Amino acid sequence: MSGENYNTCCSGDKQESTKDKYSMGEGQFVTFPLYTPYKEDTPVKDEKEEIFNYYQDFIIDFLETPSGKVPVVDTEIHFEDKIGSWKVRWGIGRFNYRVRPGLYAVGRPNENSLIYVTANYKMSFDRLRKSLSGLNGWIMVLDTDGINVWCAAGKGTFGTDELIRRIELTGIKKIVSHRLLILPQLSAPGVSAHEVFVKTGFKVIYGPVKAEDIKRFLDNGMKATEDMRTVNFDFLDRVVLIPMELVQSIKYILIFIIIMLILHLGDVIKFRFSYIYPFIGAVTTGSVITPALLPWIPGKAFSFKGWVMGLLWAIFVIYKQGIFDMEKLSVTLAVILFLPALSSFLAFNFTGASTYTSLSGVKKEMKIAVPLMITSALTGMVVGITGHFLKF
Amino acid sequence: MKNYYLKNVVTLQFDEKRCMGCGMCVTVCPRGVFQMNGKKAMLVDRDACMECGACEKNCPFSAISVNAGVGCAYAVIKGALTGNEPNCCCSSSGEGKNTCC
Repeated sequence: MSGENYNTCCSGDKQESTKDKYSMGEGQFVTFPLYTPYKEDTPVKDEKEEIFNYYQDFIIDFLETPSGKVPVVDTEIHFEDKIGSWKVRWGIGRFNYRVRPGLYAVGRPNENSLIYVTANYKMSFDRLRKSLSGLNGWIMVLDTDGINVWCAAGKGTFGTDELIRRIELTGIKKIVSHRLLILPQLSAPGVSAHEVFVKTGFKVIYGPVKAEDIKRFLDNGMKATEDMRTVNFDFLDRVVLIPMELVQSIKYILIFIIIMLILHLGDVIKFRFSYIYPFIGAVTTGSVITPALLPWIPGKAFSFKGWVMGLLWAIFVIYKQGIFDMEKLSVTLAVILFLPALSSFLAFNFTGASTYTSLSGVKKEMKIAVPLMITSALTGMVVGITGHFLKF
Repeated sequence: MKNYYLKNVVTLQFDEKRCMGCGMCVTVCPRGVFQMNGKKAMLVDRDACMECGACEKNCPFSAISVNAGVGCAYAVIKGALTGNEPNCCCSSSGEGKNTCC
């Protein structure tokens, strides 16, 4: 919040006033080029340079350092950045939303300024540069294949080896006199702090989970308080993930529309919305409603939560369609067997997007729930289709 | 609000005898599983563990072990079908389903 009040332009006077607040001490050697073209190569050339279209529009200046020119980044998030974030939330080009790995400068950093390490997923990088507005510091971007900090750490691309490699490639040792690196806390599954220290002499300090907390973290003497360290999965955290879930569920909806069209091939003219809305509802229940209401739905297992919600939906469908009579027994049975199983499966898939499920837990859930889902869904389909043709 | 997943399933093991009390596990755990108890760390909320492996990786004394991995259904199902270890599905090639990031 406070960061937004700062003047983010690198030549502003306000920058001057906060200059050494978060530095390691006094001293200056940095010289400024009077004017440098808008785009220029970073000192470190990347081998993937030719393959990827990096998003680099945030570079506003260049800084001379003993290890070459370092791009200075804008700490303001512009409309295009917001559009970019929105697009990847909906799954558009999310594996190509990359920043070029290497070293960047925020404000007017000097040899005492702190180094913040992040992933080369542009959304991670944007959050960091925005949070550093008004400060002077270095940003070291690791090559994580355009994947966010948490996932990259889990895969090991945001890891000890890449960090050590990047320390060498950027020549950071010649640029700063201290030996401290601030890493996002969620990179810890990939980085072994003691190993980095032994191999490079840099001491790794794990900062807060969220970049927004960096100033509080610094003000607290570079110690993350418990709330900065803990990952929550609140309503809003879950809601931002829903578009992605929805996009991935659309294919299921399309499959059901096709199946229903085939079943009603004889009378396409009579084909009504009421044939397909039960499926659309069940998919939405599993991939949107269940994730949004997650902690308030009974049970611990995601598949169970999804099944409960799917059952409620199935009951609603039966009530609404007025099919709770013996003449349409097959339809009623199909609805009650198939729809909750579908919601259950989609809810189970949300374990991947959640931030508190464990591998062992998911394995256990899979062994128990997946066979039940498949049995239930298949029985429902068989009953529904035979009933459709045999008219029971 | 702290969310909890299934009980008594995680593979997290803590060997108190090896612990030298550096406190790294307390710092790196995003789920508040460890706390300092005098000069040693202590497991205080084992069921909150999501097996990310941060503590094991950052324990200089190898006092912690955990079978780290992704708690992602898609990855686990795919792993079971292909016979591989579950791997995070968010691959740079953009193949498959990618809910886990």
